[in-house]
Amino acid sequence: MSGSEWTDPRPMSPHLQVWKWHWTMAASIFHRVTGVGNYIGAFLVSAWVIAIAAGPETYATVEGIMLHPVGQILLFFWLASVLFHLVNGIRHMLWDGPKAGFSPKVASGWSVFNFAISILAAATIWSLATNLF
Amino acid sequence: MSTNFETPTAAARGLGSAKSGTEHYIRQRVSAIALVFLVPWFLYAVIAASRSGYDGAVAFLSAPWNAILMILTLGAAFYHMRLGMQTVIEDYIAKAGMKQTLLILNTFVTLGLFAATALSVLKIWISAGA
Repeated sequence: MSGSEWTDPRPMSPHLQVWKWHWTMAASIFHRVTGVGNYIGAFLVSAWVIAIAAGPETYATVEGIMLHPVGQILLFFWLASVLFHLVNGIRHMLWDGPKAGFSPKVASGWSVFNFAISILAAATIWSLATNLF
Repeated sequence: MSTNFETPTAAARGLGSAKSGTEHYIRQRVSAIALVFLVPWFLYAVIAASRSGYDGAVAFLSAPWNAILMILTLGAAFYHMRLGMQTVIEDYIAKAGMKQTLLILNTFVTLGLFAATALSVLKIWISAGA
C-alpha cells in the first residue's frame, strides 16, 4: 500500500485475503470503501455548490459535466455509496448504543438488507428525480 | 533495523494509551448523528435545486432555511470525512513521512472545501438580499 519501505515493526491487522467471504465482512469492508467513495464524490458536489456562487457560465460547465453520461454514472454510484454508508452507519450506532444485532444470523441478514436497500433506494430516488421533475 | 522484543503489553503499560482515541470516536459518532438527519435532506436539496438550471439553484439556496441546512450539512460532512479519512490513512500508510503528509493534506482539503462551499452558500444567500 505504501511502497517497499515498511518501517513500522508492529503487528499488522489481518489482510483482506485471509478472510472467508461472507456478508458481514463485505458490509464492513464496503462501509470503508463507500466512505472513501463519498469523500471523492464530495469534490464533484462541492464543485456544484461553488459553481452556483461563481455565476451562470461556471454553473453551465459544471452542469454539463454532471449531465454527461460519465457524470450521471458517477452521481448514481455516489448516491448508492452515500445511502449504503448511511444505513450501515445507523447499524454502527445501534451496535454502539443499544448493542443490537450482534447474533450471526441477524448480523448477516442485516448486512444483506443494507446492500439491498441502498441499491433499491438509489434506483428509486434516481428514477423519481429524473422522471417526476 | 533493531527490533525491540519487549512485549506490546509491557510497552503499553509503560507509556499508556495515546489518550486521544475516545475523543476521536465520540466526535465521529456525534457528527454521524447529525448526518443521519442532514444527509436525507441534502439528497432532496441537490435534486430540488438542480432540476431547473442556474436560476433554480440560486433560488433554492436564497431561502434562509435551505442556506442554514446546507452550511450545517457541509460542516458535519467535511468534519466526519476528515475523521474517517484520518483513520483510513493511519490504518494503511505505515511509512512515517507519507502518513504525516497525507494526514496534513486531509486536513487542508476538508477545511479548504468547507471554506469554499460555505462561503459560496453565504454569497448566494446574501446576494439574494432577503
